[in-house]
Order: sequence, then structure tokens, then C-alpha cells
Amino acid sequence: MSLEKITNPLYTRHWIGNMEADYVYTLGVAGERFFKEIKENGKIMGAKCPRCGITYVPPRMYCEKCFAKLEEWVDIGKKGVVHTFSVVTVNVDGSKLDKPAIYALITFEGTCGGLIHKIEKTDTVYIGMEVEAVFKPPRERKASINDIAYFKPTK
Amino acid sequence: MFGKKRVAIVGAGVTLFRRNIKETGKELSYEAVKMALNTAGMELKDMQSVVMGSAPDAFDGVHMKGEYLADGAGAHCKPYTRVFVGGGTGVFTPLAGWWHVASGQFDTCLVVCEEKMSSCYPHPQFAFTTIFDPILERPVGMNLIWIFALEMNRYMHKHNLKKEDIALVSVKNKRNALDNPIAQLAAEITVEDVLKSEIMAWPVQRLDVSPTSDGAAALILASEDVAKEVTDNPVWIDGVGWCIDSTQWTNRDLYYPDYVEYAARMAYKMAGIRNPPKEIDVAEPYDPFDYKELHHIEGLLLCKKGEAPKLTREGVTQRDGDLPTCPSGGLLGCGNPIAAAGLMKVSEIFWQLRGEAGKRQVPCDPRTGVAQAWGDLMQYGSVIVLRR
Amino acid sequence: MSAKIKHFPGEEVETKDIREGKIPTEKFRPKAKFAWSAGVAISKFLDELKNGKIIATTCKKCGRIMVPPRIYCEKCYKPTDGWAYVKDTGVINTFSVSFLAADASRLKEPIIVAIINLEGASEGMGIVHRIEEVKDWKKVKIGMKVKAVWKPPKERTGAITDIKYFKTMEEI
Repeated sequence: MSLEKITNPLYTRHWIGNMEADYVYTLGVAGERFFKEIKENGKIMGAKCPRCGITYVPPRMYCEKCFAKLEEWVDIGKKGVVHTFSVVTVNVDGSKLDKPAIYALITFEGTCGGLIHKIEKTDTVYIGMEVEAVFKPPRERKASINDIAYFKPTK
Repeated sequence: MFGKKRVAIVGAGVTLFRRNIKETGKELSYEAVKMALNTAGMELKDMQSVVMGSAPDAFDGVHMKGEYLADGAGAHCKPYTRVFVGGGTGVFTPLAGWWHVASGQFDTCLVVCEEKMSSCYPHPQFAFTTIFDPILERPVGMNLIWIFALEMNRYMHKHNLKKEDIALVSVKNKRNALDNPIAQLAAEITVEDVLKSEIMAWPVQRLDVSPTSDGAAALILASEDVAKEVTDNPVWIDGVGWCIDSTQWTNRDLYYPDYVEYAARMAYKMAGIRNPPKEIDVAEPYDPFDYKELHHIEGLLLCKKGEAPKLTREGVTQRDGDLPTCPSGGLLGCGNPIAAAGLMKVSEIFWQLRGEAGKRQVPCDPRTGVAQAWGDLMQYGSVIVLRR
Repeated sequence: MSAKIKHFPGEEVETKDIREGKIPTEKFRPKAKFAWSAGVAISKFLDELKNGKIIATTCKKCGRIMVPPRIYCEKCYKPTDGWAYVKDTGVINTFSVSFLAADASRLKEPIIVAIINLEGASEGMGIVHRIEEVKDWKKVKIGMKVKAVWKPPKERTGAITDIKYFKTMEEI
């Protein structure tokens, strides 16, 4: 009986629904400090491991390699380099964007890691392109990654 | 002895359990692991493998939570596994860690459990609704508390119990938690307080239930050779057992957890325990609700069916009784960050057997302890037997 | 929680500080929609509900009549052997009187939910549903006989809610 095949698709029933939930994420101990520096001082910070000498961006509470606690924070400036990028033509939900957008992983010299963000004010982009962060005006900042409005070419 | 090598716990760490903690899930895992490494006098590089236990992704709100938590759990570029069996995770994770070492494949295993339920807004209870069958159960409007209420009612009916008999467990555990530095809801309450508390889903009232929490815990497991080098006081994992029943929970008589009994028998057989009430000195059964402690004491074969309320009334399960149960304060007193809560219970047995539980220390000089967790849709049991 | 450790990590924050925005947070609502396949057995179960009937499956080896129906017997681990109708009356196996809705919000009038062992199915075989038309919820008892109250045929869609609720045979 269990091997009976349903050949008429009208006989297979589906139940439509969704999995509703709202999420409110705390930024974490390290995250809160990182975003406070962005919001209040317009600074991008990294955290340095005393044992491995690695500076992590974004900064974190611990070194993932040696598990030391990271207490030394450094200002890594606003200038970075495009490590890789993609030209995006669809939205999160699959609908088409009005015009293509450029998203890149931007790395900062002497650090490990980087920030994913938009590249604007340019028609061209290439790996190795030098870019700098453009912040929103202080009163519009919310302690979020979007307090940086976008990155633009330095030249 | 089962397995190629005998396995010991050599260190443990627990963070605070609270309704909201600022740390991200990664940071919580880090803090628990760091404490465990410090107590064992070991470093991250000594850990050859890592097992992470964490309950539904829907709580933290990060899909593939195991991968997300990996670096915080010390698993950077290491063999890593995430396990998840609902509420049973906290005791199942050290079982999975046991496999890693007992098989002979690794000499050390870092066992971590983390939960950050506060991300689910406005209340994590809402994330639970998706465990129910979408076609037959959710349209009826199921809330998680309902299944506990249905089970509690059946248990009370079968053994002709009153709420007063069950409320004693909440009183005991919340009082025990006053001596636990990580506890979220430690308090001195009375049976009257429980009976007067808000009715959530009768027969479940507010003080019958443990809260939702954020927290993390970690253990360090080592094979016999390594354990003896690292500590004079290893605590041996002598028995492991786990069992699952089906999700057809409406087809079962909920008054007794058969699956806990099967898991317990598996663990006791391995540990060579023939008379559990006599041979177990201290127990940490899973107590997300007060009646659950009674339900599980019976499932763990520590007394006859229906006898657990009598033991509670007679003080047998108090810290200075013959079978101290939940000396940590349990979930009712400490809080319930699902996976971390179960691992906290295992670490409590660890501290008790070592004589390091401070004000919570049970005076009977315990040599053998059992911790148990339960999970999912009234269907899962995991049991661990520890010995000094 | 060793007595040797003096400090336990974790920075507690208050719920109201999060809600009032005093603690910076990121908010997100995932948009996840699903079309769950009912499968072979439940598709037929839902069809029969539309006809005002409750159907079960049978296993010759263990002799059980199982509801909700399934295409394999999970105990014998073999395909089930046939279908059988069960009655829409039964007995309350256990129940709860809930003042909480599914989203944990508080209700003034409680919802009574129960596992109902259906007549004609094997012992212990039940489905979960609501009990209504109860004037005094304190009078509900395990063991009471109940009967399904169905939606009128035109309103049935092939869902568990084609049964509106169960009501007790005696008035309470």
C-alpha cells in the first residue's frame, strides 16, 4: 500500500505556511565597541593578538588561532583595497535591481580579514583598487555597518 | 570497558546564565572554553577535536549555527562536529565527545554547548512552534507549554498526584540554586507561592517552569594516559546511553518516559550498575519543569514508577538526603539555555565527584553520579554515568 | 561552578534596555515561506476529513490501527497494509487549559487542548485537538467521552480544522 504511486498531481496536497520569527541581535562585547567607534568617532578599529601578532578586522574578543584574549585595539584608518568583488543585478528576494550594484570584500593593510560593503561613485572596479570609507553624517549613524554609507575609489 | 580507551573529564567551564547576555554566541562559547582550559591547565593547541552542541538555529537566529560558532568554540582548523537533539543536547554532546576519544582516534576532545535564546524576539517560545507538525498540529494553534501541560496532567492523573506534591521540586531546586554563582532564578519560595503563581496552561503555572536563557558551558575530555598527566583528579565517563522515540507523541501514554529508561539501561549496563538506587550517589536529571524531575527520576530507574513524589516529600532528594537530586539548582533555579543547561548538569556532577562544589557539595562523599537530559517532542533521552 | 573559581563570565543586559534602544542591536526578520508536502498518507487523511471521515492505516504484523495514518509502521518498520475508518468519537487521554496563545501572549478566555484517543483506533492512538463548549474548565477530566463537531461540508477544505473542535458528551 505504501508503494502506491500518486499519478494525478491534484491528489498531492500541500500545506502552505511560513516560519515567522523576529530577531534582535546584541552586537557582542567586541562588536559593541567596534560599532561605537564607528558611530561616535568615525573610526574603523582592529584588534591585535599579543601572541600571534595578527590584527583582526572586524575586531573580536579572542584570537581564533591561539585563543588569547584580545585587548589591544588599533585604528586601522579608512583606506583599504578591493580584495574581491561582485557586480550584483538581483535583490535578496530575486527581483531585479534598477541598476547593478558593486559589493566587495575590502581588506586593510597589515590586517587579517576585511569588511563587506558597497562600492559607489565609480563605473569601474578591479581587484587591487584602492578605496576609502565614506561615513554617513554623525546624526544618521546607528552603531551599524551601514553607518559607513559606501566605499569609493581614492583616486 | 567499552571502547578502546577509558575517557575522563579533566576540566569544565560555565558562563553566567541570564535572560539577556551582551556577548554574541561566539563570545559566550569562547568564555566557557577558556575557563575549562584554565581549570585543566591546558591550551587550545592541546585539543585535538571539538564537538559543539547547540539547539535549534531558530533561537540564535543564525542558520547553520554550528559553523557560525566554530571559531568561538576553539575549532579553528580542527576536526569539528555539531550535534543537536533538542533539550537532550547538553548530555548528548559529551557522549559524542566520548566517541571521539574512546574510539582511539583522538586523545583529547573539547566539548562545548552554547545557547543564545534572547535573539528570538519577542520571546523564544515562538520559535518552538515550528517543531509541531505543520499540517496536523500547528493549525490547532500549538504552543510549546501545551505539550508539557498535557504530559504533566497525564503523569498526575496516573499516579493520583496533587500540585503540592510537584511544587516541592521547584521549591527545592530554586533554593539549591542560591548557592550557585551562575544561577538566574535562585530564590527562597514556598509551595503556596507556586500554587498561587500565574496559570500558563493548566496544570502548568509560572513557578513550575524554568526560564529561557543565554549561556554556554564546556568540558575537556581526555584519554586515560593524557588525563593522568594533566590531573590527579580525573572523573571517568563510565556509562553512556541515548535513545529516541517517534514524533507520534499523540500515540504514546505520556506518563512515563520509556526512552529515558532505555538510555539509562544502556548507560548502566556499560557502567556495570545493577542497582541504580543503591549505586548512584548523586543525580542531575533534566528539570525544565518541576514535574519533569520526578518523571525522569523514575525513568532513570532510581525509584519505582510513581514513587518519586514520595521521595521528594521525605527529603530523600535534598542535598543531605540519600539520593541528592539537582544539587546545582537545576534548570528551575539556574536557567535553561537549552544545550548549555544539560552540560552544566554534567559539569555539576564533575565538580561534586571532585569535592569542589563548595556550598553545594553533597556530604555523602559521592563516587558515582548520573546526569540526564531530555529533548524534542517528548521523545529523547541521553544519560551519562560518571565515576571518580 | 567549582568553588575554586571566583569569577564567572557573561555581561548581563536588561530586556528593557534592549527594547528602549539603550543597547545597540541589529534587527532582522527572515522571510521564509513553505509549502509542506502532506505525503501519501496525510494527503488521503485530509481528503477524508473533507468528506467528514477519519481514516487510519493498519499493520498486519503488530495489529495496530494507527491514526494519524502513515505509510510505514514505525515499530515493525515495514509498509502498512491497508486503510480503516475510525469513529469521530473518543476519550480524553490528557488535556491542558491554556491561557497562552501560540506566540506566548496572554488570553482572557482559555484554550482547552487535548489528546483524544479515537474509538476504533488501537489503544493509545490519539490526535491533538481543541475542546470547546465548556462552561467550567475545572470540570474537564481525563477519561471523558468526546465527539467531533465538524464544519458544514461546503466549508471543509481538507484540513485538520475541518473538525472545528471536540465537545464533551456530558454538558460541563
